[in-house]
Amino acid sequence: MAQRIVIDPVTRIEGHAKISIFIDDAGNVSDAEFHVVEFRGFEKFCEGRPFSEMPGITPRICGICPVSHLLTAAKAGDAIMAVNIPPAADKLRRLMNLGQMIQSHALSFFHLSAPDFLLGWDTPQAKRNVFGLIASNADLARAGIRLRQFGQEVIQILGGQKIHPAWAVPGGVRSALTEEGRDRIRAWLPEAYATTKIAFDLFKKVLETHKKEVEIFGNFPSLFMGLVDADGGWEHHGGKLRFTDSSGSIIADQLDPQKYYEYIGESVQASSYLKSPYYSPLGFPDGMYRVGPLARLNVAEQMGTPKADAELKKFKKLTRGRNAVTSSFHYHYARLIEILTSIERVEAYLDDPDMLSEDLRADAGINSLRGVGVSEAPRGTLFHDYTVDRDGLLKKVNLIVATGQNNLAMNQTVAQIARHYVRGDKIPEPMLNRVEHGIRCYDPCLSCSTHAVGQMPLHVQLIGPGGTVLHEVARG
Amino acid sequence: MGACRLCLVEVAGIPKLLPACTTKVREGMEVQTNSERLRKYRRMTLELLFAERNHVCAVCVANGHCELQTLAYSQGMDHVRYDYRFPKWEVDDTHPLFGMDHNRCILCSRCVRVCWHIEGAGTKNVSGRGAKARIISDLNQPWGTSDTCTKCGKCVMSCPTGALFNKGSTVGEMERDRGKLEFIVTAREKKQWIAE
Ligand code: SF4
Ligand code: SF4
Ligand code: FES
Repeated sequence: MAQRIVIDPVTRIEGHAKISIFIDDAGNVSDAEFHVVEFRGFEKFCEGRPFSEMPGITPRICGICPVSHLLTAAKAGDAIMAVNIPPAADKLRRLMNLGQMIQSHALSFFHLSAPDFLLGWDTPQAKRNVFGLIASNADLARAGIRLRQFGQEVIQILGGQKIHPAWAVPGGVRSALTEEGRDRIRAWLPEAYATTKIAFDLFKKVLETHKKEVEIFGNFPSLFMGLVDADGGWEHHGGKLRFTDSSGSIIADQLDPQKYYEYIGESVQASSYLKSPYYSPLGFPDGMYRVGPLARLNVAEQMGTPKADAELKKFKKLTRGRNAVTSSFHYHYARLIEILTSIERVEAYLDDPDMLSEDLRADAGINSLRGVGVSEAPRGTLFHDYTVDRDGLLKKVNLIVATGQNNLAMNQTVAQIARHYVRGDKIPEPMLNRVEHGIRCYDPCLSCSTHAVGQMPLHVQLIGPGGTVLHEVARG
Repeated sequence: MGACRLCLVEVAGIPKLLPACTTKVREGMEVQTNSERLRKYRRMTLELLFAERNHVCAVCVANGHCELQTLAYSQGMDHVRYDYRFPKWEVDDTHPLFGMDHNRCILCSRCVRVCWHIEGAGTKNVSGRGAKARIISDLNQPWGTSDTCTKCGKCVMSCPTGALFNKGSTVGEMERDRGKLEFIVTAREKKQWIAE
């Protein structure tokens, strides 16, 4: 029997979105807005709950990155208890976060983006997806699926089979790695490295054939933000925050993530339900910054693992001098380097005796009425900020997610792409596919990044000077 | 108690259903504990229990170890046909060791009984009627301010749901050890603690 699998390109972005492209009097694209209109109201919903439940509740925000919310919620809980968690617990949480990086980046690269690279922009939607990829390059698709599976297995071995493991808790984690689990992870390593190598080789070819995309898919100056360790190296769960600009200069360094509100402002725009955070000393919108793989690699001086460091050197040579890599197309490249360092770090942890430790959880009452947890999620820096009463019941919750922080950059990316394709008052078909990919560079997970009620399918509107809609294309 | 109606049974010769917990056993009695009719009523009762307060199993401290949840599974309850009432109940987290979430309480009164009859502290009580009924501590005050609570934790051990929990618990972490309660009761009844 014939089977019909309908995959709309839009469904490959988690959630729904609407894009407005603004045309000025001269008929040129002046601006674009990527509105996010899906809401799950988590911040309000959590009020009144004990803070200790947050690692169980917040992973429900997003089916795509539950682990990031889990770990960040646990971290915010540590801050409320004002404890230093046992070293083994910190390493185990890191191990899980690395598993999350691997699985999420593999999904983004192989399942979501590779069809565009390999099958070409103008392949019809119905074929430009992971099934099309399987049909044209089954080995690659399979390797990608298995790399993702490796990351997921690391998570499952630690957190159990459940999709939303409340494994990390305020004060530590609930269980360590077992010897059996450790051996299972080890068995995956050769294949994981091999697949990563395939991905690098592939992407280097893509770079040769996609010079135009590198130029127009979100290539503009901005700040970059990410966690770094004490030596300015790549960090994903711990460390301090660093801001750099497009010339590669450090604007601010070793900022205490607990005090993010002293240097990050949040502007609420009427046109979008997302909060747009900005680096407050520069004001809005000049303080716009990007987060995620590209930003982390721009702020980091080294990766801290040999194979990934060799790749980072090549990455940094994409630009002249010390300049930052400013094209969002290179989010893909950065993701591969992060996959590589994650595999190397997983490998290093396997020989660490702490992984089997029994000292996993610090215990304490409420010692601080506000606690902030910060961690690098695959898509970018994630903040959980909880205010509690003396009994530990939540009075206020503020979440800052990657997609919110990248929102302005996504707008600029859409505008830049549109500028190359929109002529007159029509939305040309080739532009749609490219805009879609431009957004996908950021790998946004939209359901977790919005703050008001509403739902709309994705559609692109071309809006003329007087606010009239010139052309409209709906998908989904 | 006979209040929850979950233990309804069919007794031959009696047309109406009887709660097992308040029905005395007689010689020659013919009891049916599992029929289609009983399953139907049990499911309905369970659905009403779920609709009455706010049960979000996925994020509940008792998830996976909850008697209410286990019963619902065993009776094949896959959805609730009644409108949820979504009442606004609070969490009492004032006690140094334990917490109480009224959202998950089914008013079985086990905590009250264990507190009065096994521990003998008399802290827990039921106040209010109908939809307003709720478990209170002492004279309806925050649990943490109670003078009578001995912090023995027996109520927490007895609670079938996620309503009573050890403070700081996260999802699925509340596994109760009812065996401890049985041990105490048996030891007391059989006078195991009294030297010969
Ligand atoms: S008390 Fe039981 S039924 Fe209620 S939410 Fe918790 S697990 Fe579910
Ligand atoms: S034992 Fe638990 S469910 Fe039963 S009345 Fe007490 S708090 Fe409510
Ligand atoms: S009515 Fe018998 S146990 Fe509830």
